[in-house]
Amino acid sequence: MNIIISNSADEPIYLQLVNQLKEQIIKGELVESQPLPSIRNLAKGLKISVITTKRAYDELENEGFIVTVAGKGSYVAAINKDMFRETKVKMIEEKMIEAIDTAKLVGLTLEELQDMVKIIYEGW
Amino acid sequence: MNNMMEITNLSKSFKDFSLKGVNITLEKGYIMGFIGPNGSGKSTTIKLIMNLIKKDSGEIKIFGIDNESNNISIKERIGFVYNENHFYEELTVKEMKEVISPFYCRWDERIFNKYAKDFELPINKEIKHLSKGMKMKFSLAIALSHHAELLIMDEPTSGLDPLIRSELLEILQSLLQDENKSIFFSTHITSDLDKIADFITLINNGEIILSKTKDELLEEHCIVKGSKKQLTTNDPLNFIGLKQNDFGFEALCKDKKEVIKQYGNSVIIEKPTLEDIMVFYTRRSDHHVSSY
Repeated sequence: MNIIISNSADEPIYLQLVNQLKEQIIKGELVESQPLPSIRNLAKGLKISVITTKRAYDELENEGFIVTVAGKGSYVAAINKDMFRETKVKMIEEKMIEAIDTAKLVGLTLEELQDMVKIIYEGW
Repeated sequence: MNNMMEITNLSKSFKDFSLKGVNITLEKGYIMGFIGPNGSGKSTTIKLIMNLIKKDSGEIKIFGIDNESNNISIKERIGFVYNENHFYEELTVKEMKEVISPFYCRWDERIFNKYAKDFELPINKEIKHLSKGMKMKFSLAIALSHHAELLIMDEPTSGLDPLIRSELLEILQSLLQDENKSIFFSTHITSDLDKIADFITLINNGEIILSKTKDELLEEHCIVKGSKKQLTTNDPLNFIGLKQNDFGFEALCKDKKEVIKQYGNSVIIEKPTLEDIMVFYTRRSDHHVSSY
């Protein structure tokens, strides 16, 4: 598990933690029922406060990414397939927006772009 | 009992200084940073907690019980680190330890030896010959060797180099792996707390200005910088420690959302550090310091 916290970033530290863990769970780098480090252990390792870490875990739990068993610790939850799909679709959308913006920049038409998508999709 | 320490309406008056109605609550399992400028009442508060001076009024409960009537039993469970050397200078580390350890029923020689080894304490050296960092580590080893549940430290990092300060923070975090322990830590070097503190309490002129989680504090506050013209057109009422000069103004604001709503992108909004928060809250806005 890799987590890198920036103290100078604008994004609050708990959110950096949430996003990085989420990303690793979605990518499958952290797999279902894998145990996560304890809140206090993680806080120490990252040199951040216990409350910040607790807040990140609470948020991940609320969103269904992890489960906490009292007295035992936190584990990666079984990801809801729909939720997983939705996140991926959103990611694709974001990448497409980026591609379309670049296409417009160089004056590619919609047809040309569609052709391109078609060739790549079928060819791969 | 989830509160390690509960201070209610604590007051104490001296001829030229008074502590006015101090309220502080420290939960089990967390670090609280107690910050404020020099002479703001940090040490007085800590002396009252440790029952070294008598309070005028109010209540101090530690582990849920009154700190005056249960003085001894409470101190058995507190580890105390003071910023100045309060050991006998002529004794060696080992001799000093022999003097202190019998006072504690729960003294654990094994733990002391472990810390002595980890900290590389020169056990047979006289205390007067220890460096400042070593003296602090010795204090800490003593404070941690009787299974204390609450660690109280008065300016433990002042005068120490950054390396030793960072080591200290690491030790404190290891200590907090046990969720039944708490740390109360006074300092004016706020960068030590920027990272690891869970709660921040700010004191100025003997009054508590604020006491909340560090995350809340840093997220709701922001620093606003802009031109003087903007200041006159908008309501600067909720600005803290406003300072202006020929080139513009800067201030701390308690409500980041409101600032964005009022000013939008016309001012610069920055994330504050704890140091900023302390400085803006405690400085006198009409006061100028200059050299002659």
